[in-house]
Amino acid sequence: MDDISNVSKITEPVQKRILAKIAAAHPEINVSEAGHLHVPVDSLTAVMRDLKENFGFDYLSNVTAVDYLEYMNVVYDLCRVGTPYMLHIIVRIDRENPVVPSMVPLWGGALWQEREIYDLLGVIFTKHPDLRRILLDDTWEDHPLRRDYQWMSGRD
Amino acid sequence: MAVRQEEFVLNMGPQHPSTHGVFRIVLTLDGETVVKADPVPGYLHRGIEKLAEARTYTQVIPYTDRLDYLASMLMNWGYVQAVEKLMGIEVPLRAEYIRVIVGELARIASHLVATGAMASDLGGLTGFLYTFRDREEILDLFEMVCGSRLTASYMRIGGVAKDLPEGFVPKAKEFLKKFTLSLAEYNGLITGNEIFQRRTKNVGILSAEKAVDMSLSGPVLRASGVGHDLRKVRPYSIYPQFEFEVPLRTNGDCFDRYYLRVLEMAESVKIIEQALASLPEGPVMAKIPRIIKPPAGEVYTEIESSKGIMGVYIVSDGSPKPYRVHFRRPSFINLGYLAEMVRGWKVADVVAILGSLDIVLGEVDC
Amino acid sequence: MLENIFVSSLNWLKNLMAAVELPAPLADMLILVIKLAAILGFILINALWLVYMERKVSAFIQGRIGPNRVGPFGLLQTTMDVLKLISKEIIIPAAADKKLFLLAPLMIFVPPLAIFAIVPFGKGMAAIDLNLGVYYFVAMASLSTVIIWMAGWSSNNKYALLGGMRVVAQMVSYEMPLILSMIGVIILTGTLNMNGIIQAQEKVWFIFLQPVAATIYLIAALAETNRTPFDLVEGESEIISGPFTEYSGMGFAFFFLAEYANVLLVSVMATTLFFGGWLAPFGWTFLPSWFWFIFKVYIMVFIFMWVRWTFPRIRVDQLMGFAWKVLVPLAIANIFLTGLGKYLFLS
Repeated sequence: MDDISNVSKITEPVQKRILAKIAAAHPEINVSEAGHLHVPVDSLTAVMRDLKENFGFDYLSNVTAVDYLEYMNVVYDLCRVGTPYMLHIIVRIDRENPVVPSMVPLWGGALWQEREIYDLLGVIFTKHPDLRRILLDDTWEDHPLRRDYQWMSGRD
Repeated sequence: MAVRQEEFVLNMGPQHPSTHGVFRIVLTLDGETVVKADPVPGYLHRGIEKLAEARTYTQVIPYTDRLDYLASMLMNWGYVQAVEKLMGIEVPLRAEYIRVIVGELARIASHLVATGAMASDLGGLTGFLYTFRDREEILDLFEMVCGSRLTASYMRIGGVAKDLPEGFVPKAKEFLKKFTLSLAEYNGLITGNEIFQRRTKNVGILSAEKAVDMSLSGPVLRASGVGHDLRKVRPYSIYPQFEFEVPLRTNGDCFDRYYLRVLEMAESVKIIEQALASLPEGPVMAKIPRIIKPPAGEVYTEIESSKGIMGVYIVSDGSPKPYRVHFRRPSFINLGYLAEMVRGWKVADVVAILGSLDIVLGEVDC
Repeated sequence: MLENIFVSSLNWLKNLMAAVELPAPLADMLILVIKLAAILGFILINALWLVYMERKVSAFIQGRIGPNRVGPFGLLQTTMDVLKLISKEIIIPAAADKKLFLLAPLMIFVPPLAIFAIVPFGKGMAAIDLNLGVYYFVAMASLSTVIIWMAGWSSNNKYALLGGMRVVAQMVSYEMPLILSMIGVIILTGTLNMNGIIQAQEKVWFIFLQPVAATIYLIAALAETNRTPFDLVEGESEIISGPFTEYSGMGFAFFFLAEYANVLLVSVMATTLFFGGWLAPFGWTFLPSWFWFIFKVYIMVFIFMWVRWTFPRIRVDQLMGFAWKVLVPLAIANIFLTGLGKYLFLS
């Protein structure tokens, strides 16, 4: 276990420095205690472009969304290829009008992940080149990963 | 006389011998050349993420088996690691060793399927049976460990279900010794075959920039020359204690993606040998509360599975059931670039390219 | 005694017919029918046996056991399979061209059957001793292309169509090197008669005089029979089963068995052209000539199986390139050299 803590001893301060730098460059970002970046939806594209082009976060690892009934969060995880540093970016959006700019122009990897989120949670990604359902049938109604979705269950 | 020519649409799958399950791809063909491809996943969608919301944290583990069912140990691992990070649980050292051993065995088993399936996709069925012969022994080892061959559900939040049974270590060592010879056999039968090389070299070339841009991961990314293996770049568990290489290839064609897996198997053998040699005594489960109730919050962790980066995102609201679970499935994201990759290649190459991506539909469709 | 068992039993039949004073034309006709029936039986039994052999050989190569449940050592497995297939319903797809669809599996056995009529199974054991034997073989063998294309087209299935396209392209390209490789042998013998070719190998087999031609022939023969590495027509992992995708029951069984009849056929030709046919090696004439013939044929068949279960499949464009850019020029060069050699040494 010593080795792993050695590794994190080196990486953690760097990670903190990166977060501080980002917060300094973008005052609208709110950095939480756990190191998550809360970005307002209006400045998302600008922030993401800056992170990619100036901070070197060239790899969009994960995109997903969570439904909190009053609002929704879209979550992005970025990393730098070949390094351990990761960013966890949270964007709060309106649940009744769930619209976020698409990240496909910046990272092609968002192509299918955003389709999946649209499919399962109904988040609309503007300027996505091909926003269709991906896992469910094209004729499916509603978005099953929303918390108020009712489904026929065989048990419990 | 003018000859009227037209393109025709071939609906490949969902039932097709080489789409590796119920994957469908709609090909627009000009003769045998692909003009346009439209992959259609979703035939195996079971809504695991939704189901997880109605289960307790421990009850989610068996569902993770059904993601990448060819490497269920690694799927377990990705999930329990996320819950452990959320709760701040320290896993006992012996449990970490056992996880590395079974995890790397699962990686070998999964790569064996990929290697064999690649051979059979190109028409050489014998290679498939050779790799399955050796995979069988790994499954036997899993059966010894947890009673299950495919869907292991062996890992628990805080450790592993039970200690290694008696006789496991010698049997595993014996397997590793034999397996090194088997690798040479695959290289003779499949890798070195002239026709196999003609079929795979310079086919479906993927550039490093494009691979990073499309968030591809695992052997697919590393075959294009990008050294992003989480076991090295963001070490988790006890991987820093082991000496191993991350094989890299630079051409990014089907052959490199295939051969990288063969090289990775040899590295996994090294890791397992070291872990077996230095396996410490001790408990295999941490002290964890009876009812697992992580504090409210969210966590995203990643591990390097056999197919690529397996990420798990968990949101907890402080109740015994997860509020939201999301799996970043490497097969799903690796498949996102397929439509571009197969354009301009022949029908036979579509099969080769798909085989070299190594997808598992359980994981793609979730 | 053993050597002449077939010939003498036929003579006995002829004498019997003469004794009962059957009119000569009728007797000749009867004899011919018996010969052809014997050949048909030979092909069918061999096809059944070869399916079994293929499964056993592939099992051996892949470290498995293979069929071992039905009959001793699973010997009755393929017989039972065919019985099952016969008893199944013949399904005709709604969009298929019904007449062609049903005709294709019936026709598929015609070319091999017609060719076997001229094969010398032993000394003086050809049903018909044709002077243009090799020419006739080439002409008849190319007919299967049409029949498989019939199956592919009439199924009205996209995989079948792709397979049909492939069969035409492949068979036409590989007939060229196949024929050209035979010409070397024909230059040496100066005859197209198969018995004549075999007798010309009395001193030395043509594999030693024509090694290039023999290699080209074997490769082209693999392609002609649609077997791995040239099984693009069926290419299971790409186009399901090609022209045979829509066939079930007996239709499928016919195509399946015809494949083995064709394997047998090209092995027979290889034996005749390059391995001395029914001639005994090393003067071991204590075994009858027909035994040697069958023995050599089966070694050839085994080699075909061995190749099939070792190699992966080649791609369409590579297939064509290989035929036209490698095999055909090589075969032509071989013909030239053979002609030159014959001119220099024999005149």
